[in-house]
Amino acid sequence: MNNVPANLRYTKSHEWVRDDHGVLTVGITDHAQDLMGDMVFVDLPKVGDALTAGKECAVVESVKAASDVYAPLDGTVTEINGDLGAKPEAINSDPYGAGWLFKFKPASAVAAAGLLDATAYENLLAAEG
Amino acid sequence: MGRRTPLYAEHLRAGAKMVDFGGWDMPLHYGSQLAEHHQVRRSAGLFDVSHMRTVEIKGAQARPFLRHLLANDVNKLKMAGKALYGCLLNEEGGVRDDLITYFLAEDWFRIVVNAGPGEQDIAWFCQHAQAFGVDVIPRPELAMLAVQGPEAFRRAETVLGARTLQTLTALKPFQAVFAGDLFLARTGYTGEDGFEVIAPADQAVSLWQGFVAAGITPAGLGARDTLRLEAGMNLYGHDMDTMVTPWESGLGWTVALSEGRDFIGRAALERQLAAGLARKLTGLLLLGPGVLRSGQRLYSVHGEGVLTSGSFSPTLERGIALARVPSAAATGEECDVEMRPGRTARARIVAVPFVRNGRILVDL
Repeated sequence: MNNVPANLRYTKSHEWVRDDHGVLTVGITDHAQDLMGDMVFVDLPKVGDALTAGKECAVVESVKAASDVYAPLDGTVTEINGDLGAKPEAINSDPYGAGWLFKFKPASAVAAAGLLDATAYENLLAAEG
Repeated sequence: MGRRTPLYAEHLRAGAKMVDFGGWDMPLHYGSQLAEHHQVRRSAGLFDVSHMRTVEIKGAQARPFLRHLLANDVNKLKMAGKALYGCLLNEEGGVRDDLITYFLAEDWFRIVVNAGPGEQDIAWFCQHAQAFGVDVIPRPELAMLAVQGPEAFRRAETVLGARTLQTLTALKPFQAVFAGDLFLARTGYTGEDGFEVIAPADQAVSLWQGFVAAGITPAGLGARDTLRLEAGMNLYGHDMDTMVTPWESGLGWTVALSEGRDFIGRAALERQLAAGLARKLTGLLLLGPGVLRSGQRLYSVHGEGVLTSGSFSPTLERGIALARVPSAAATGEECDVEMRPGRTARARIVAVPFVRNGRILVDL
């Protein structure tokens, strides 16, 4: 069973979002990293890039496959996880911690509330079987 | 649900992520494909390859039969136990499968074929067997394990016993021997030293558990794929199939145009050779970060090509691939690979293997 922390928000495309006083941190879920297997490469957005909700903004590649990461919401990138260049495996070992991808400031301060909560995401995983 | 090898329960017990491969439920990895890859390069790994099919050809005309069906010439096999790699072709010279043939006796050859095309291979053998009066005998009751890596032999001693191990280490590469019920061959698909064991299915579990207890850790099909790609070895269905000939698949070295031998596909191969070859298979090294993938297109000054296998090389820590390119493309030249729509990356054409016996053989 994959780990779905209760304090995070989620997207249908298997990103997680953590709200720290209005700055949102994004990564891919434990379920997503487990499906993809060993990560070997990430292509992250640049600080200052504009994000459009639902549009691809990063790529994570495992030995097995490349997968787009979608912007959870409209916003602007404020920070990227530069450590992943040398240690992409952090996405596998610590998807909700050291494996974070980027941070952004959402265009709307309340928009994160519209994302899936942990229960809704768990239901989505159960439905995907 | 796919077919299961005798080791299915062992895979689940070891926490394998199972996937379909050629109609079989096989382990992709047991946690980390990268760790399993490195384990084989640095120490020793254990693979269940029981999805590969063992077929035997028996009869006085077994040798002439195989000389007619295989593009390589089994007349190279003079000593019992010697093995030969080669292709099974159709009349057009397309590759039906690649396989290893073991010479056991003048009236007895053992062949190991791939999981996917296996059933069709057996049907093809049967179709041609009558003319030669040979028997085609599939051996589905046999399992197959591969033990690969620099420590494969040393660690296997506790399982096989000192005497059997001595017999095994005395084998030259591509040589095999019976040891009781076990058939031991110094072959593999990783670019490392090691051996493969063909054993009765009811002994597979105890062998497996013995090897694991000896510190030979299980490795899945994921690691098997990156290991064989680094070793520059083709994968059937990806790097060659019925639509291409051995000439176009880096397998010209396995075609024996011995004088007077009429094998299936020979006329087509000779015609293609006379007309000139438009394409060849070569290695490809990505110069920047990223991962090469099967199906990506490449653009060279000589024209377009396509990647037939691609991955991330754990040993090189770079994207590597096999690619079918215009014949004029030369080793050392650079080209552009379309990584995703609208984004290209530079890559260099290199000779394979990328890695052999733990050593990197290409300039990074």
